[in-house]
Amino acid sequence: MRRRDSGGSALERARSLSFQFDGRELQGFEGDTLASALLAGGVRLVGRSFKYHRPRGVMSAGSEEPNALVELLRDGVYHPNIRATTQELHMGLQARAQNCWPSARRDVMAVNDWLSPFLGAGFYYKTFMWPRAFWEHLYEPLIRRAAGLGRLPQSHQDAPHEKAFAFCDLLVIGAGPAGLMAALTAARAGADVILAEEDRQMGGRLLSDHGQIDGMPGGTWAAGVVAELASLPNVRLMPRTSVFGAYDGGVYGALERGALHMAAPARTPRECYWRITAKRVVLASGALERPIAHPDNDRPGVMLLGAVASYWQRFAVDPGRVVVFGNNDHALATAKALAADGMDIRAYIDPRDGLATDAPFTVYAGAEVIGTRGRHGLQHVTLRHKGREFRMDADTLALSGGWNPSLHLACHMNGRPVWDDTIAAFIPRPGMVPDMEAIGAAAGQFSTHAALESGARAAAGALDALGLRAPECAFPQAEDAPYAIQPLWQVQGKGRAWLDFANDVTTRDVALAAREGFASVEHMKRYTTQGMAPDQGKSSNMGALAVLADATGGTIAGTGTTTFRPPFVPVSIAALGAGGYGKSFAPERLTTSDAQARAMGAPMIEAGLWYRPSYFPQADDRDWRDACNREALHVRNAVGVCDVSTLGKIDLQGPDAARFLDFVYTNTMSSLKPGRVRYGLMLREDGHVMDDGTCARLGDQHFLITTTTAAAGEVMRHLDFVQQAFCADWAVRLISVTEAWAQFAIAGPLADEVLGHIFGDLPELPFMGCAPVDLGAVAGRLFRISFSGERGYELAVPARYGADLFRQLVALAEGLGGGAYGMEALNVLRIEKGFVTHAEIDGRVTAFDLGLQGMVSPRKDFIGRAASQRAGLTGAARLQLVGLRPVNAQAEITAGAHLYAPDQPARAAFGQGHVKSVCYSPTLQSWLALALVRNGRARRGERLRLDDGLRGIRVDVEICNPVFFDPDGGRMRD
Amino acid sequence: MRLICPCCGWRDRREFTYMGADDYLHRPVPDAPPEAWDEYLHNRTNPAGAARDLWYHDPCGTWVCITRDTITHAVTDGTRLEDAQ
Ligand SMILES: [Zn+2]
Repeated sequence: MRRRDSGGSALERARSLSFQFDGRELQGFEGDTLASALLAGGVRLVGRSFKYHRPRGVMSAGSEEPNALVELLRDGVYHPNIRATTQELHMGLQARAQNCWPSARRDVMAVNDWLSPFLGAGFYYKTFMWPRAFWEHLYEPLIRRAAGLGRLPQSHQDAPHEKAFAFCDLLVIGAGPAGLMAALTAARAGADVILAEEDRQMGGRLLSDHGQIDGMPGGTWAAGVVAELASLPNVRLMPRTSVFGAYDGGVYGALERGALHMAAPARTPRECYWRITAKRVVLASGALERPIAHPDNDRPGVMLLGAVASYWQRFAVDPGRVVVFGNNDHALATAKALAADGMDIRAYIDPRDGLATDAPFTVYAGAEVIGTRGRHGLQHVTLRHKGREFRMDADTLALSGGWNPSLHLACHMNGRPVWDDTIAAFIPRPGMVPDMEAIGAAAGQFSTHAALESGARAAAGALDALGLRAPECAFPQAEDAPYAIQPLWQVQGKGRAWLDFANDVTTRDVALAAREGFASVEHMKRYTTQGMAPDQGKSSNMGALAVLADATGGTIAGTGTTTFRPPFVPVSIAALGAGGYGKSFAPERLTTSDAQARAMGAPMIEAGLWYRPSYFPQADDRDWRDACNREALHVRNAVGVCDVSTLGKIDLQGPDAARFLDFVYTNTMSSLKPGRVRYGLMLREDGHVMDDGTCARLGDQHFLITTTTAAAGEVMRHLDFVQQAFCADWAVRLISVTEAWAQFAIAGPLADEVLGHIFGDLPELPFMGCAPVDLGAVAGRLFRISFSGERGYELAVPARYGADLFRQLVALAEGLGGGAYGMEALNVLRIEKGFVTHAEIDGRVTAFDLGLQGMVSPRKDFIGRAASQRAGLTGAARLQLVGLRPVNAQAEITAGAHLYAPDQPARAAFGQGHVKSVCYSPTLQSWLALALVRNGRARRGERLRLDDGLRGIRVDVEICNPVFFDPDGGRMRD
Repeated sequence: MRLICPCCGWRDRREFTYMGADDYLHRPVPDAPPEAWDEYLHNRTNPAGAARDLWYHDPCGTWVCITRDTITHAVTDGTRLEDAQ
């Protein structure tokens, strides 16, 4: 193989590029693919096969390539399984062969090929069964080492990938004659058109065949159409884009190749994952040529005829002495055209008898190729003709076993294609994917005229459905040659005949599978691994199916195909996950006090998407507990300030707002007076606790309720549902105002002094009272509520004033011997008071379990009422909320630990309950826990053993009142 | 997959939160027998074909009753709950 001196429509010969393959310096041109540059450079051996490590070369010129998968160097790291046939050449490209060591030429594992009699289909299933003791430590590591193609980079890859969304009236998949004609017709009518094409250049087979359209070369016609499409504002051309999946609702997945596959400006994403939503779709994906399963058909130098033509025409690759082995009219016509163009075609071999022999090369009708020779590349071909066998020297053997329509996308919704005897291939049925029409070669219509005609007709149909009018335009003239084929699924002879080149599956493997009972096509596939390599059997499925049908005595149509599933081409996880890792995976929600808290050195912890300060360290702290104890004592003894803005806030207004709240809370809110706040409990309709919070009546028809941070979204969704499903005609409206307000707790015996500095004249508020307040020109809200058990307030201001207010409050608190407190101290304070959070409200507890049955009104209907009265949701058998204190107050206890009677073993059958929250209370100088214990409220004073098997902690504890501190609540009330 | 919101039109299903079958709309009267509540809370048909289920369109806060076909996956309708009772 070598480069021709002229020609090559894809090449820019003025721009020479140097690159490396397996350490060898090579030259190519701008416009080359890696495959074309390797072939032009005389490199036929590009890798080793997966199982037998057979030498392999480039077989195709597109994304269906089974052999030429290489490792590509990018940013210092090798990326595996890059198809040389779609990889664009650029200056300095470095690639190497994979699945071989030390090199493709001298590969140690080639010994597998000698062992091949033992490595046939089902080898793993038969060999690695016994003895059982070998499974884990011998067989699995062995199989793992042999499995997989190429090696993944072992470091985290940070390079940018993108995801993008697009919408259109008409998506045209494939830019061959059919796709171009469809896109042009629709675009001229004003439809929004997306034209997606896998190749860098649009034109499909017009770029490599020799036909004419309207008297000009096909490539020239295509360039003209592409130029017109590019000039139209309603058209988006998407070259380098493989549409890989058809999904529900007109959604298509597509992968656009970027910086990983070409020379690109800095910061260009490596790949882009598109979701395209289309009203109508035209599938013009063309057809894939089939190889022929003859003995030794896997040698470098054995290629598909269409690929040979493509490399010749687009990339000026001279394949040397060529023997063509085909079984269809298209193959003979192509060979003639290539010979007329100067290709050195030595012979055309065809199993059909009675072919016209007007060719400038010898035509062997009724003949077959029965073998090849050449250690690292083809040297000669053996054929059988009229009972005679003889050799011919050849550099390239070009195969054409016919064409398979690329109908994959049409089958992605589980549609089954139909067998067409005249072209010996499956074609799509109409309507397999809603609003999609397959046209041209993808529908089994192989002439250029038929492609153009079906493109125009499909576009007209789509336009009609879209309510647009197809334009009148002159229809281009092109060849309309018939396509005749005589199927040739395997050539009998000595030696192995490959079906699946990527996974090393031969005709014998398929026959063996059938003999051993794996006779259904889905079983054969899994037993032999045929079709399971990165190419997903694009060049082998049809052949394997035919050989299986033959082995089982069935027909191809009756044997049926395996299921077509996305993706049509391999899609990297990095592309699928684009925008879905790091901060894009979990965006940050920051409170208004965030910067100040961080400036104070607070470690931030996640609460859902929110970040909240854990504690505020000081220089002489030994650890976080010192800070936590200090902050908790500040609140108990002086005053503390804490940002509580992350709690959900929902504003409800309207004449029926009170009635609505009565319906969603277990307790009654309509009796609440304006200016007062009430604690509320919400149930799910199944009777379990959903959330708790406060409900403030700001005015007669105006309420503000809070939710826990964790359940803010769920509660909003729930309230919207109840309102829209059951109370749609009630005069009430609700909206989340969580982010509109910054809210701070000011808690402790000196809380009034802090507020006195803020307001001068502190409004007189009773416990559980609320009032509007003025902070200078800023209208705020003050609530006298407490989650710490101390006299306390929550002060809310519009979010834009939050940062300033927090700074001011912290400074005032510090001046009074207190300061800011974080989540750790907040947790200590609430456990001391027995206040529950979602640590206790775990989705399985009822109001009864929490000891809140008094809040469940017996006098009204509300969400969850009926179910909460079910037998089994109340009573002694329930796990009930209790407090636990270790007998030795300094003995550390842990959340998640289980509880047992002192004399019983730590086994599930003896479980008495489990610990939900723990803390060390600096006020009470003891470890404390909130726990759920079977019939717990009746067992106060009883001793249990706390057993944390994971951490090896066993501590005797005593059941007590969950309100450890100030049980009658005087400190917060008075 | 795309769903239709009566407020916003056709949108990507990632904007929606799924709840379940539209049985949730038919809440028994408060003093209905436990069997009625059991039916309401727990028992669902699993239709092959036309199905109606409830989705929340998070960006606009509209609950939508979606009509779709569990065999073809075709989504044919989306209405407000008050129109779906
Ligand atoms: Zn909406």
